[in-house]
Amino acid sequence: MAPVEKDPVTGRYTTGHEWDGIRELNTPLPRWWIIVFWVSVVWSIGYWVLMPSWPLLNGFTPGLLGYSSRADLESEIAEQKAARAVWLNRIESLPAAAVEADSELLTYARAGGRIAFEENCAPCHGVGGVGAFGYPTLADDEWLWGGTIDEIEQTIKFGVRNSNPNSHQSEMPKFGADGILTPQQIEQVADYVLTVADRAPVASLPGAEIFAENCAVCHGEVGEGNKDIGAPALNNQIWLYASKLGNQKPEVRAAEIRATVISQVTRPRHGAMPAWSERLGPGTIRMLAVYVHTLGGGR
Amino acid sequence: MTEPEGSSLYARSETVQSRSVRGRFRSWKFLAMVVLLPWWYLAPFLRWNRGPGAPDQAILIDMGGRRAYFLGLEIWPQEVYYLTGILVVAAIVLFLVSALYGRVWCGFLCWQTVYTDLFVQIERMLIGDRTRRLALDRAPWNLDKLARKGAVHLLWMLIAGSCGIAFALYFGNAPTMLPAILTGRESVAIYGAIAVVGGFCYLLAGFAREQVCLYMCPYSRFQAAMFDEHSLIVGYEAWRGERRGRWRKGQTFEGRGHCIDCGVCVAVCPTGIDIRNGSQLGCIGCGLCIDGCDAMMDRVGLPRGLITWDSIASQAARARGETPRHRLVRPRTLVYGAILALSLGVIGWSLIARTTTEMTILHERALLYVRLSDGSIRNGYVVKVQNKVRSERIFDLQIEGLEGVRMSVIGGGPPLKVASDSVGSFTVFVTAAAGIATGRRVSLAFVLRDLKDGSETRAESLFVGPDR
Repeated sequence: MAPVEKDPVTGRYTTGHEWDGIRELNTPLPRWWIIVFWVSVVWSIGYWVLMPSWPLLNGFTPGLLGYSSRADLESEIAEQKAARAVWLNRIESLPAAAVEADSELLTYARAGGRIAFEENCAPCHGVGGVGAFGYPTLADDEWLWGGTIDEIEQTIKFGVRNSNPNSHQSEMPKFGADGILTPQQIEQVADYVLTVADRAPVASLPGAEIFAENCAVCHGEVGEGNKDIGAPALNNQIWLYASKLGNQKPEVRAAEIRATVISQVTRPRHGAMPAWSERLGPGTIRMLAVYVHTLGGGR
Repeated sequence: MTEPEGSSLYARSETVQSRSVRGRFRSWKFLAMVVLLPWWYLAPFLRWNRGPGAPDQAILIDMGGRRAYFLGLEIWPQEVYYLTGILVVAAIVLFLVSALYGRVWCGFLCWQTVYTDLFVQIERMLIGDRTRRLALDRAPWNLDKLARKGAVHLLWMLIAGSCGIAFALYFGNAPTMLPAILTGRESVAIYGAIAVVGGFCYLLAGFAREQVCLYMCPYSRFQAAMFDEHSLIVGYEAWRGERRGRWRKGQTFEGRGHCIDCGVCVAVCPTGIDIRNGSQLGCIGCGLCIDGCDAMMDRVGLPRGLITWDSIASQAARARGETPRHRLVRPRTLVYGAILALSLGVIGWSLIARTTTEMTILHERALLYVRLSDGSIRNGYVVKVQNKVRSERIFDLQIEGLEGVRMSVIGGGPPLKVASDSVGSFTVFVTAAAGIATGRRVSLAFVLRDLKDGSETRAESLFVGPDR
């Protein structure tokens, strides 16, 4: 510790600290800084008393003002719910078709339906209902279980092949695995289904007879499908278990379709969908139905 | 604490207490004040009839309603480029005026200048002129000083508050908003804005003053770059004034300059500079030193114009004994003028060509196209129609550029109804038979036709098909 002395150049005092002959000028903090510091200290004491601050073993000191950001959030959520209830009550009280007919309700239901769809449905069906391998595209006009708005609402409510007693149930027989058809017959029927898909069935093919005997009962005489038992239409280029865009070269696409038909006839895969009435309210489900119905393919 | 010369890099600022003065430039400054201040305070009260349902305030920025109104013009948020245009024009006008006449903006028109001037006038009224104010600053605190200073600050705060309120009035219906503000019925946001604007008015015009021009303002820094030797600036005629020196009545001016070193030019300067050191950053071009010097020259019996509002070229000409010729038309002013005319032209043209209907097409992205069961391809679009008219309108929508397509609109139509002064949003599906758009992107156009007046609006978009 060197003695405190006055620096002749600046006229200031030194602090008395010295390192290797270098001494430090005493430059005190500005007065305004000190004032702000002490005001902050006083402020923080007031804050301890008024606001929640100190952690305790099982909780915290709530403060005299009783402020809580959680309570704020809850009241804001309640406010939002009350604002939405006005719309949801109207939507719940009307049949889905009437909701669609009212342009105000339609706009609200499509906006609300889109949010609910992206949270609940998009993981499988894709944003905008684009679909994925094994998950139907909802924007096109092919519907496994019916494409009217009431049918769509029914499917959303109770789902497909789940434990809900009202869910859609149906299974395609394992023609190959159970030995109903031989592998050769399955290949023949697959060749025939390709012509059905092109809407130019060739009756002279050996698969035509096998189709009429085994497949037509569910998929229809000309492969038009049956929405009551979820039997897909085969007379179009929309395939559940093939790549969605169908952007391959024609012969590659044909080979993919043929392979998927053979696989499906031999040991069918069956999609499942939850019963959303077990998780979502009736208003949300109606909005979802309106949204899906107006994605473009609704009947 | 006193510090020896050169020991600190920090220059302690001295409060500038400028002396009052009379003369041409002082009158111009007063004129600017009595025109600008009432305009600033009263402009929100001007009315403009826009028909029923629309606000009738001539100048209004309606944040809640997302509209800005300026007389007959109604700006939507997406047209904010008009604001850019106004700023561009303002900048070029500033360049041109600086090149021609020097810092007219700084000296006479700037908020900072006008409000500082007003605040100084209040000090002068309640305390006195420069010497009285300096004396009061030095005087110990007593009741008189407290009363005078208190009154000054009270008036300053009132004026600053009124400045904040006037600012807020541009954002609401002034005649109803003013009483609401004064009776405490306005929102916290409004009072916050008033406090910020008013607080800064009090701080900048009351305390910071010339520091704003010297250290904060970017314009004062770059305006000198617009000057050339023909720009009119406030300048000291050194050829005539030097060698300066004190003068007593009866002494001759033979063999010396006309500057009597009286210090009036420094005392009256609102930024506290000495103009005899030449053109400088701190000179805001207000010309008060000219008024001060002219009055002094009259008393001494010498011709006026030792400090002049003139160009460097004229000054040099006079020094050589020639008659100065002032040049307004110069390459610099021609270029600034041309840029100004061009930007005014662009803004004017866009205002004339501004339509009351606009249509934007958003092609659906979540799925570019959908293959339907019959093989046809469907594209989805969101069609947004901006109806900038204050009445409901009904439109027909057609597609051009792609033959044999079907169009359907969710919710029905066309016709499409768009409510008054709003944006209508429609989901539109366009379906083309298989093969039409295979392997390519076809451009197509939506044509919107007002069923009442038949006016058409077009918007281009794409129809996307599969690669194969």
